[in-house]
Amino acid sequence: MLADKDRIFTNLYGAQDWRLAAARKRGAWDNTKALIERGRDAIIEEMKKSGLRGRGGAGFPTGLKWSFMPKQSDGRPHYLVVNADESEPGTCKDRDILRHDPHIFLEGCLIASFSMAAHACYIYVRGEYRREYQTLEAAIQECYDAKLFGKNAAGAGWDFDCYVHHGAGAYICGEETALLESLEGKKGMPRLKPPFPANVGLYGCPTTVNNVESIAVAPDILRRGAGWFSALGRPNNTGTKVFCISGHVNKPCNVEEEMGIPLKELIEKHAGGVRGGWDNLLAIIPGGSSVPLLPKTICDTVLMDFDSLRDVKSGLGTAAVIVMDRSTDLVKAIARLARFYKHESCGQCTPCREGTGWMWRVLERMVKGEAETSEIDLLLEVSYEVEGHTICALGDAAAWPIQGLIRHFRGDIERRINARKAGKPAMAAE
Amino acid sequence: MSLRRLAPDQPASFAFTKENLAWAGQQIKKYPDGRQVSAVVPILWRAQEQQGGYVTEPMIRVVGEMLGMSPIRVLEIATFYTMFNLKPVGKHLIQVCTTTPCWLRGSDTVLAACKKNIAHSSETVSADGMFSWMEVECLGACVNAPVVQIGDDYYEDLDGARMESILTDLRAGRKPKPGSQIGRQTSAPEGGPMTLTDPALFAKTKGS
Amino acid sequence: MPKINVDGKEVDVPADFTLLQACEAAGAEIPRFCYHERLSIAGNCRMCLVELKGSPKPVASCAWGVRDCRPGPQGEAPVVLTKSPMVKKAREGVMEFLLINHPLDCPICDQGGECDLQDQAMAYGHAKFHRFEENKRAVTDKNMGPLVKTIMTRCIHCTRCVRFAAEVAGIDEIGATGRGEDMEITTYLEHAVSSELSANIVDLCPVGALTAKPYAFNVRSWELAKTESVDVMDAVGSAIRVDARGAEVMRVIPRVNEEVNEEWISDKTRHAVDGLKRQRLDTPYVRRDGKLRPASWSEAFAAIAERVKRSQPNRMAALVGDLVSAEPIKALKDLMSMLGVANLDCRQDGSKIGGGPRQGYLFNTTIRGIDDADALLLVGTNPRWEAPIINARIRKAWLKNDLKISRLGPRVDLTYKLNELDSNPAVLVDIAAGKNPIFDALKAAKRPMLIVGQGALARPDGAAILAACAEIARNTGMIGPAGEGGWNGFNVLHTAAARVAALDLGFLPQKGGKDTTAILEGASKGEIDFVYLLGADEIDTAKLGKAFVVYQGTHGDAAAQRADVVLPGAAYTEQNGTYVNTEGRVQAARRATFPPGDAREDWAILRALSDVIGKRLPYDDLAALRAAMLSDAPHFAVTDRAPANPGADAAVWTNIGAKGPIAKTPVVYPIRDFYLTNPVARASITMAECSRLFVQPRVAAAAE
Repeated sequence: MLADKDRIFTNLYGAQDWRLAAARKRGAWDNTKALIERGRDAIIEEMKKSGLRGRGGAGFPTGLKWSFMPKQSDGRPHYLVVNADESEPGTCKDRDILRHDPHIFLEGCLIASFSMAAHACYIYVRGEYRREYQTLEAAIQECYDAKLFGKNAAGAGWDFDCYVHHGAGAYICGEETALLESLEGKKGMPRLKPPFPANVGLYGCPTTVNNVESIAVAPDILRRGAGWFSALGRPNNTGTKVFCISGHVNKPCNVEEEMGIPLKELIEKHAGGVRGGWDNLLAIIPGGSSVPLLPKTICDTVLMDFDSLRDVKSGLGTAAVIVMDRSTDLVKAIARLARFYKHESCGQCTPCREGTGWMWRVLERMVKGEAETSEIDLLLEVSYEVEGHTICALGDAAAWPIQGLIRHFRGDIERRINARKAGKPAMAAE
Repeated sequence: MSLRRLAPDQPASFAFTKENLAWAGQQIKKYPDGRQVSAVVPILWRAQEQQGGYVTEPMIRVVGEMLGMSPIRVLEIATFYTMFNLKPVGKHLIQVCTTTPCWLRGSDTVLAACKKNIAHSSETVSADGMFSWMEVECLGACVNAPVVQIGDDYYEDLDGARMESILTDLRAGRKPKPGSQIGRQTSAPEGGPMTLTDPALFAKTKGS
Repeated sequence: MPKINVDGKEVDVPADFTLLQACEAAGAEIPRFCYHERLSIAGNCRMCLVELKGSPKPVASCAWGVRDCRPGPQGEAPVVLTKSPMVKKAREGVMEFLLINHPLDCPICDQGGECDLQDQAMAYGHAKFHRFEENKRAVTDKNMGPLVKTIMTRCIHCTRCVRFAAEVAGIDEIGATGRGEDMEITTYLEHAVSSELSANIVDLCPVGALTAKPYAFNVRSWELAKTESVDVMDAVGSAIRVDARGAEVMRVIPRVNEEVNEEWISDKTRHAVDGLKRQRLDTPYVRRDGKLRPASWSEAFAAIAERVKRSQPNRMAALVGDLVSAEPIKALKDLMSMLGVANLDCRQDGSKIGGGPRQGYLFNTTIRGIDDADALLLVGTNPRWEAPIINARIRKAWLKNDLKISRLGPRVDLTYKLNELDSNPAVLVDIAAGKNPIFDALKAAKRPMLIVGQGALARPDGAAILAACAEIARNTGMIGPAGEGGWNGFNVLHTAAARVAALDLGFLPQKGGKDTTAILEGASKGEIDFVYLLGADEIDTAKLGKAFVVYQGTHGDAAAQRADVVLPGAAYTEQNGTYVNTEGRVQAARRATFPPGDAREDWAILRALSDVIGKRLPYDDLAALRAAMLSDAPHFAVTDRAPANPGADAAVWTNIGAKGPIAKTPVVYPIRDFYLTNPVARASITMAECSRLFVQPRVAAAAE
């Protein structure tokens, strides 16, 4: 188990005050000036060496992403935009950072902005997080009052402004270019890439979009050194990560753990184990609703990091572990996710707009067994027609949970259809 | 997501209060010159709050004029983002998360409590005007499922009975304490944190 | 130029090409719905997906730039596949998704037969279309005004209409509300689309969601006889196709002409044609006992001949209207010359234009040239109403090239940002003398232009205003060297399709002759006792006094009702004729249907009349007439091209207009109601409805 001393989010549960004075006691804003004075290249190099991969779901190396920003300004301002539009079902880690430890995050905003020559940072908070928005606004004000933001921020010679912006209910705004559209006052419809935000982002200017957690861990990485961070976890999957464990566990919780922790250990040590014991486990969605579920046999041994989960045709995603025990109507659980994606499709691309609704409707019938077994293959085929054919990854995200269901639990769907045909009531779980 | 249209009956006009007008001016300043359109969601949100929880047609025109947007562009915003309600809501709008993580932990019972105590169908204002409820997608508090949002606050670790008790309190004019309804400390495991227990964490400056 | 390998064929393409353009250059056909070369790229329909080697997913070829492709490891050209299994699967998938919620109402759909969805379903769909077992989505229809019929269940959400309205038409009125599968295309509160270009969205719609309301359920596309022609509703000369069934013009749609209208036409161009069927003059009339009574051609001619015989040339006059083609203008001029009549004019509006060198009354920059301009001064013109196509072109330059536009004239919304000068044209003198900041702005520009409209010219000091405009052009360096590449920023915007040809042919007061104003004055005073109106309806007929009036034209409009003899002519869709647009571009209009009843081609009427009068015109057919026209104006030989810039000859440019005092009276735009500018449009029910919706409320509001 990760030692407390290696934890970055020391106020994850809000046991302490979030305000600046208390945050300073936990180590935030400790000589930030010195960190900045290392210079842009050194900071980015350190971030690269740490092996930090983006904590928003895609796992793109953060240092590398920062290095994509133009080194020389062509006159356009640079922007850092922080994605605090936490909406992936199962995920509630950024919320804890925003409400309980905003200062380590805001310090990260300054450092990251400086290293990408951005004088302004926008934090896009999902509309529902009203309280978190308010906390963040107050924390930003504290930073201005303490001269950590504004002209000559933190005394490091860099002018920096930080603004908090909010959405109003659209999962798609968690996609970075949709977020930029939304921040520009438009509907959150993802943009075509290229051009990438590093060249043409917010207001047509070079922009980097990072997840809250990615930014919040940066100050600690710089203070403690890339070596400390990369020693945690496994190669290419380094550091710590806030896991969200929800569903059928005895004690659902958020917890910061080492990357690569075995899934079983994570659940048993921190979440009080699966309801009814490990053997009562049916399946787990290991990385937020967008990744394919895993049956128990895989859960027994799989490690919680990007590469391990990719190898079992799933993904770490946002590290939101949704646990489902044997009482679960798995078809219904996935049908509910299909409804989510249908609800959240922006409607721009044909395959996603039309396909998410189609897949959801077929699944809803399958929940009741009102389908033909041949429709399982139809569903699978439709999911492949959606996947990879859209501007953003929402189409993929809608397809994968269904593909996971069919991959591992086709028999359950078939049994339900056959039972219905035989005149038996549909069974909740087998 | 169902069709999102403006309500058939609309008030004649909308005007921001002086305070909200000043606040809107401050919001616009967050964005670079000429980018005032960026403020449309926050300002429309404030307008919705002022109106008692929903967006009206005159409001769309007022916000559009304020930001130099044509009304159709503001309407697009109001209908795209689902936190904008397009018809009147109860004094307390109960937004029940029913996405899979909440559903797994019993959001159906929460939903049932709303149906029983407020109105059978969603987005219907109760007879006393106190409540309406609606299903929403993942609220992002999944380790405290099931969750509802009422106003700015989340009520967590619910079941049907706890939901009813919240409704009872609200009906009686009491504000129930937001957060976990079973006494948990935010997102820590029930029974208290099993990590972050080292007192040294909070006493000294890290890295020095 | 970078190389790219498309289906094994290597082609050189410009770096700014998209993959879609590159594929087309290589001869590969790429299906598409949302992509349109004149609109911004949406990339949303996903029909144009192609396989790009090295990319794990197919890419949208409409949006992916050639410069975004990486060469192979040995520097090989990037490889694009348009027929691979990956592409086939992607297209079939997209096609299926488009069709699952599309209604099966093709047999009653006006788009049937010319529907992109139909065509592409045949070419790129797969045979498994009936595996969608759910209920199809139904979407309520939206009102979009009198021109656009909506059947929204058919909509495939390509957003072409939204982009056209916002980008080309410049009216932010169409949007997509909601999201996901519930997204709906609508206008705000279902208001009518208030653009003079609105009906172009019907052409843009790749399916039958937006169809032409006035044309609904009238005809199937394959029943139509299609005639390529040019439009006469303004002086732009937009390329059109006239689609007719039997004797009836069913619709007008645009043809592509990059030089002129790209592929847009105004709503009037498209939808005034129902006016061709109403209030038509289909037999000659002669006034007897104060009433117009049907007559034979010979009776009508005899009545005219008798009157001509009794009159004196200096008491006779002829006016040419706005829709007339060059041939009858030439014939009328020749006839009047033979009679010795000097009182001729083609400027019904009293404009002080013409008579000088050709470049003094043309739109010299050319319409396409607007694309290159970087500064523009509008003088007394409302191009949005006088030439919506040109207005859209100005808007395009404003959007894409940051064209800086100033205006002298009343403030009306032109869909772009304007630097407003006073409405008082006297300021032109200051500008010409370099005493106004506008002078410096124009002078500093690389390709400045000026457009003077009839609002500034059709007034007593019009010639002085024209001279001042020419002086501004001269002094700010708007007139470049001669030849194709030379810039010429001096432009006159005409409103009448007939005008430039009439000026070219010299249909102006001859030596000692009277102009329109003087003719009407003379008629009301009794000094003019014979007036021949060739399609001239835009004059104050009350001023014709007791004169004997011959009206040759198409509609029972103002002038016909005042006339003593009415000769029924053919409309622009009913006869072959030559028009010269405001640029000086000579174009041919072609006959799509025959004129109704006893109506005849205009030149033939004049030829027949000349015989009766005893002054037989020396041409027996159209070819001979055109040959005669060519000898008057040799440039009529060069068709479909704008004249080359003749250069900055000082002798020419100092002699445009006439120097004189300019009154401080504010300019007034010539068009009061865009939808009702000529007899055809005034007979159109559709135009009347547009006027009622879009113009009359404004007039009423202004009157309050």
